[in-house]
Amino acid sequence: MTETPLIGGAVQTPVDSRLAGARIGVVTFPGTLDDRDAARAVRVSGATAVELWHGDSSLSDVDAVIIPGGFSYGDYLRAGAISRFAPLMGKIVDAATSNAKLPVLGICNGFQILTEAHLLPGSMIKNDHLLFLCRDQVLRVENNTSSWTNAYALGEEITVPLKNQDGQYIADEKTLDALEAEGRVAFRYVGSNPNGSRRDIAGITNAAGNVVGLMPHPEHAVEHGYGPAHTGTDGRGFFTSVLNTLLGDK
Amino acid sequence: MSETSLPAGPATGALKKFNIDTVENAEATPDVELPWAELGLKQNEFDDVVKVLGRRPTGAELAMYSVMWSEHCSYKSSKNHLRQFGEKVTPEMKKDMLVGIGENAGVTNLGDGWAVTFKIESHNSPSFVEPYQGAATGIGGIVRDIISMGARPVAVMDPLRFGAIDHPDTARVMHGAVAGIGGYGNSLGLPNIGGEMVFDPIYQGNPLVNALAVGVMRHEDIRLANASGLGNKVVLFGARTGGDGIGGASVLASESFDSTKPSKRPAVQVGDPFAEKVLIECCLELFKGSLVEGIQDLGAAGISCATSELASNGDGGMEVELTSVLLRDPSLTPGEILMSESQERMMAVVSPENVAAFESVMDKWAVEYSWLGEVTDTGRLIIKWEGEVIVDVDPRTVAHDGPVYDRPYARPEWQDALQADHFTGSVQDAARPATSEELKAAVLELIASPNMCSKDWITNQYDRYVGGNTAQAFPDDAGVIRVDEETGLGVALATDANGRYTYLDPYHGAQLALSEAYRNVATTGAIPMAVSDCLNFGSPENPDVMWQLAESIRGLSDACQVLGIPVTGGNVSLYNQTGSIPIHPSPVVAVLGKFDDVARRTPSGWKEDGQAIYLLGTTAAEMDGSEWANMRGHLGGLPPAVDLSRERELGEILINASRDGMIDSAHDLSEGGLAAALVESSLRFNTGARVALGEVSARDGVDTFTILFAETQGRAIVAVPRSEEVRFNDMCTARRFPLSRIGVVDAAGAALDIQGLFTAELDELREAHEGTLPKYFG
Repeated sequence: MTETPLIGGAVQTPVDSRLAGARIGVVTFPGTLDDRDAARAVRVSGATAVELWHGDSSLSDVDAVIIPGGFSYGDYLRAGAISRFAPLMGKIVDAATSNAKLPVLGICNGFQILTEAHLLPGSMIKNDHLLFLCRDQVLRVENNTSSWTNAYALGEEITVPLKNQDGQYIADEKTLDALEAEGRVAFRYVGSNPNGSRRDIAGITNAAGNVVGLMPHPEHAVEHGYGPAHTGTDGRGFFTSVLNTLLGDK
Repeated sequence: MSETSLPAGPATGALKKFNIDTVENAEATPDVELPWAELGLKQNEFDDVVKVLGRRPTGAELAMYSVMWSEHCSYKSSKNHLRQFGEKVTPEMKKDMLVGIGENAGVTNLGDGWAVTFKIESHNSPSFVEPYQGAATGIGGIVRDIISMGARPVAVMDPLRFGAIDHPDTARVMHGAVAGIGGYGNSLGLPNIGGEMVFDPIYQGNPLVNALAVGVMRHEDIRLANASGLGNKVVLFGARTGGDGIGGASVLASESFDSTKPSKRPAVQVGDPFAEKVLIECCLELFKGSLVEGIQDLGAAGISCATSELASNGDGGMEVELTSVLLRDPSLTPGEILMSESQERMMAVVSPENVAAFESVMDKWAVEYSWLGEVTDTGRLIIKWEGEVIVDVDPRTVAHDGPVYDRPYARPEWQDALQADHFTGSVQDAARPATSEELKAAVLELIASPNMCSKDWITNQYDRYVGGNTAQAFPDDAGVIRVDEETGLGVALATDANGRYTYLDPYHGAQLALSEAYRNVATTGAIPMAVSDCLNFGSPENPDVMWQLAESIRGLSDACQVLGIPVTGGNVSLYNQTGSIPIHPSPVVAVLGKFDDVARRTPSGWKEDGQAIYLLGTTAAEMDGSEWANMRGHLGGLPPAVDLSRERELGEILINASRDGMIDSAHDLSEGGLAAALVESSLRFNTGARVALGEVSARDGVDTFTILFAETQGRAIVAVPRSEEVRFNDMCTARRFPLSRIGVVDAAGAALDIQGLFTAELDELREAHEGTLPKYFG
């Protein structure tokens, strides 16, 4: 019988000098919680994580941006509603919608901020059961052409942590139909819908495919022993995807 | 409290917002009636204040003494007993202790320049009055204690004890407290990695909401709460001061609940987790830049506590101007400002050259601050209101030299009769399960019972992932957090208590709590290093309760000595009772252990087909105080025997086996006995097992029911890879530790098969185990 280590050894960092040259910014707002985790996921993927502060007026020449999870401004008023006015958000919106097509990933609170900033359609309301829910969540990959999903196979099922209170994705029927017709639903929940999200939508992408937002947390599934069931590393694909994009492999 | 209850000084004109009771006025008007009784002081205590000051206190001074001399802040009833935790510490136990009892939290050396600080506290009374805010601010308060030591908080845990699961008020308290812990803790970015959930009618009118926080730091970052250095500036920062929680410590924590008294709701604090999160990051940036000389969080007794403790611990005095405090409610009186327990505030001492750098950190995080005064060399704590002195005291008399009581205590008259009332042979034991069908039904009933059922419904409301360092969380025996990403250095934490055991025998009950927490930590493979305790008891003015407290402290301190791990901090919560009925004595014990590499940690369930399952330890017919007896409505007799050297041996075996890769899963046996452990280990990774109990039953001379349900201590079940069996057997045999191979992991079976008795499908077990909490609260 093989003796599998229970947690696994240290994370193998890819030895590829091209990767380390990729600079991926991680934005911190007051109340951001998963910024260190997102930076760790970037490092695990071999790229260089760059700390960005919401009040900064420059993107510090980063090649991509992650807006991590948390409760920026305490989710007061409405999740993401205050953060989207941060000086850096203006820069991110400009860069994401310009010809440069800056890859932007919004995770959880980051997704909420992206919808508030109108980079992605729809909105998140309180979970239908009204409780905070933390669990390991199976997602089905429904789009594998975006900057953040191209390393996955279409239809692949991945398990990453889900943890939020305002995770119910809503949009009007027309928007939902359009998202589906244009292949912009990036991930759907598999099994029981954890929060009442319309059409089981867990994450979406913009039309250009450079901006992706989702409620579950891929950055918490990148190291053996610290993710779902203490084994999962299914979230690594997000970070290898963006490196594929940046290095022109896809 | 209304502001009119504090004495008014001479009206000095319409310009003044209040009639301020200055020191000068107090000297001039010695005979003014003061509301000391309403503020919770006893006659003798008030007389002491007058003696210490040589005059009557001003209204502001009275406010300070009343909160700081309250049971909650002064430990006046428990101090004489708590000394044992210090007196029984051997040099060996001290070797890794960097900061001991007395500071905001103890600090333990982890090696490689790392240190860890942890502490457990109660927030019981507020959580009954207003469950959401009470529980939320309980987390907030303990987290600020951890920050005050210079550490980054990395995880929280919360042991909870509520009333009967089916009582209508339990849902109110349960929903509120769980939502409060989640709402606050989740927003701070601290993973919640464990705790306890116990239902018992004894906690109906007095639930226990305890909170533990753990933080890590480099040795050089350790900070202490003292104000030193003449001319250094005193600054208050964080949230503004409001009217919440005024007198909370003195009024709530020292009074038992009685339905005839008016609602205490105004004395509960309101939390703002966003403000706390920003405060954490802001403080860590201050520490990183070495911008503060001393720091203290504001918790119970607010500014009274922070100023007097900082000044008392320092080498000089302190002078502050109270009108500089930023207020949320401008109508607050000086006494109220001193007593306010508004959350998310910190006080720091900053040298003049660091003032500008300090301010720029505040500005970056948009945290409000105000400079209140400075450190002096007078040895006095002077507080002014618009320049007039309203407090002039020796800070030691406020913070440290409060009253100490030698409360009378005696073994209760009823204790002997209680201990003579054994479960075996009692009326409640009339229909003990014996047939296969009865035993299967009993196992299903046990794992669905309120105390043994799955706690997923609660723990799924807590973020266990944030931070990315959680190597293990509930339902494993202990939470495990990685400290150093490069080396894998980490810590394990478990909290345990059994109020029924402690009620039956306070001395041994407290030791059993420690034994279980120690065992839980060792089960994961971590080496136990330090203890923090939250002593929840009834009124110390009741000699029965005082005896329970004294015995528990004696038991706990003796056991710490045998196990070789020191108590580094904790908290005492008294007056936990409804009317004249005290709660079961509930010393909640937290044990912290260390891993050189958390990659070696052992989970509580098996998953590899074919691995051998061993039962370590022997089983005796110990049913008194057990979950089974509890389910049958019996509480009497003697708790399971304590054997600390056996616990130590078991711990060493589990730790060595984990380190050397001899076991892939380990689960301690405690409440619910072997039956609960077998089910939990099977459900952990949804992997079945085939088990035979005939051999251990014959060896130990007990029947199958007893093997399954007795709560004998010093036991664990482990799963051993085939290739390691010889080595594992040899290790246990060499140590003369009893072990028996009771089964094998059977992944294909999808069932727990107790051979010759019954087979229970995992789905059937899961449905029973996970259905209970949603049924009552979902």
